[in-house]
Amino acid sequence: MAIVFQRPHALKETQLHYCPGCTHGIVHRLVAEVIDELDIEGKTIGVSPVGCAYNNYLYFNCDMVQAAHGRAPAVATGVKRVHPENVVFTYQGDGDLASIGTAEIVHAANRGEKITTIFINNAIYGMTSGQMAPTTLLGQVTTTSPFGRRAEIEGYPINMSEMLATLKGAVFVERVSMHDIKNIKNAKKAIKKAFQVQQAGLGFSIVEVLSSCPTNWGIDPTKSLKWIEEKMIPQYPLGNFKGKDLEV
Amino acid sequence: MGEKILMKGNEAIAEAALRAGCRFYFGYPITPQTEVAHYFAKKMGQYGGTFIQAESEIAAMNMVYGAASAGARCMTSSSSPGISLKQEAISYAACAELPAVVVNIMRAGPGLGGIQAAQGDYFQATKGGGHGDYRMVVLAPSSVQELYELTVEAFNIADRYRTLCMIVGDGMLGQMMEGVEFKDKEELFQADKSWAATGTKMEREHNYITSIYIEPDVLEKHNLKLQEKYRTIKENEARVEVYNCEDADVIVAAYGTVSRIIKNVIKSAAEEGIKVGLIKPITLWPFPTEAFEKYADVPKAFLSVELSAGQMIEDVRLALNGKKPVHFHGRMGGMVPTQKEILDKIKDILK
Ligand SMILES: Cc1ncc(C[n+]2csc(CCOP(=O)(O)OP(=O)(O)O)c2C)c(N)n1
Ligand code: SF4
Ligand SMILES: [Mg+2]
Repeated sequence: MAIVFQRPHALKETQLHYCPGCTHGIVHRLVAEVIDELDIEGKTIGVSPVGCAYNNYLYFNCDMVQAAHGRAPAVATGVKRVHPENVVFTYQGDGDLASIGTAEIVHAANRGEKITTIFINNAIYGMTSGQMAPTTLLGQVTTTSPFGRRAEIEGYPINMSEMLATLKGAVFVERVSMHDIKNIKNAKKAIKKAFQVQQAGLGFSIVEVLSSCPTNWGIDPTKSLKWIEEKMIPQYPLGNFKGKDLEV
Repeated sequence: MGEKILMKGNEAIAEAALRAGCRFYFGYPITPQTEVAHYFAKKMGQYGGTFIQAESEIAAMNMVYGAASAGARCMTSSSSPGISLKQEAISYAACAELPAVVVNIMRAGPGLGGIQAAQGDYFQATKGGGHGDYRMVVLAPSSVQELYELTVEAFNIADRYRTLCMIVGDGMLGQMMEGVEFKDKEELFQADKSWAATGTKMEREHNYITSIYIEPDVLEKHNLKLQEKYRTIKENEARVEVYNCEDADVIVAAYGTVSRIIKNVIKSAAEEGIKVGLIKPITLWPFPTEAFEKYADVPKAFLSVELSAGQMIEDVRLALNGKKPVHFHGRMGGMVPTQKEILDKIKDILK
């Protein structure tokens, strides 16, 4: 009988530790499928963040480097400059990338580092139990915005993809979502293209993934997907911001 | 021996690093060490290497973390305020056992302080400026020739033990022009780097570099392994120069450029019939305790002279373990003690 569905080779045969209904795991699978399809596992080096995905160096079969909170783009820069022929990606949450690591992501993008960033925007600090992130929506209740995020006190949600797309060195920028099958398929296409852009040596590529955190949102997994669609997408419109027509 | 070239201290660091096979430099401008970066910016291309002016010292040190993870000889350099920013990645690199070289051409602090020579970062360098139980080898050259030799050595030590190696100098040393005699060929330690992140080529299990061990028992085990390594380094790597100590009335402890002033003090003291010796630690960590033990019974007292409020003196006292009084003379803020000041202090001690 033909095998029609199996674990991608780039993903190790271990159980992921993410909460039930968390879409971090789906993104891991998509990245691994892309690595398989492009046949680049042997030359890929990933950089893990600080956040719920801190130990995904144990999940991918390629070589991995764990970085300090927010510093993955700088670490990936070091790795990529040593091994320009390899494929280097970072996997970062929104606290990691859009708060403590803002300088590192902006400058890696601006230098046009030939790396790919998978950016998980779940509008919250998942790992540390649900604090406000720079991406938290206005009115969203978190453990550090218990009355809902107020623009006049906590400022506005930050749209990283739109910001990064203004930089010349960032050549491929797309926002995708995990809230249904159609969008998950689109996400995979974007991730694949982002890796191909890197392989073609064109510059920095990033895919922002709207992702769920049922645990800290306090919403059940199914409703969490609805929440992405109804609440997050109006603030974080999906689509390609740059590089849609790049030939790879 | 090879060619002799007149060179600035900061340039000698960069030249030595290139000769030691370092092809990756990441830095951020700060006085008084910026010539290190200038030199690399100009020369790195000829060697096919990478020079990056990073967005901050935090990023620069994290780039070092990445390049070292990838198996390359790499370095960064900065001066005191910048070194404070590197402490995060220094601690991570110590835990992940990454070999790399960090240069601190110290300036006066605390805070933004001043840009003149100082040795106020001794504690930060030797006692762990970042968090957690870790050590790094700290080398303290006192001439441009020594800067060159110890920079090459720093890369070898880093690779031999999978450790960070810091070179501390001060603004005087960085800016000083002196003749340097370069070897035709350096002896470079060839390390096994099969642990590095290079891509599996589908030929081996994946490698990963990490500094996180969530299980307490596993983390304790890792710490014990690190401590074992530090013990080995302590046994093997302590370096010191002992000068004129055989029948000294007072033995001065001083490192870096201060030790040069002491050598002049030794001459002028001799003219007045006072015998002064010098113990110059070349490694600040591991501290050359044995040299102090060996000469503990010789002088009436010891004197630590530093460009600080008194930091190395704590290690001198620990080494002597109460056997002799240890006095202190120091200047701060970028001020440098004069020979006369020091000689007066010695006379005072002998009264
Ligand atoms: C320097 C530093 N500051 C703070 C922390 C604590 N910390 C761990 S994860 C995290 C937030 C992670 O949130 P995010 O990046 O959004 O990832 P998520 O867990 O949501 O996927 C914080 C603040 C840390 N580990 N290091
Ligand atoms: S805390 Fe949130 S982001 Fe983290 S694993 Fe659980 S659901 Fe996912
Ligand atoms: Mg998050």
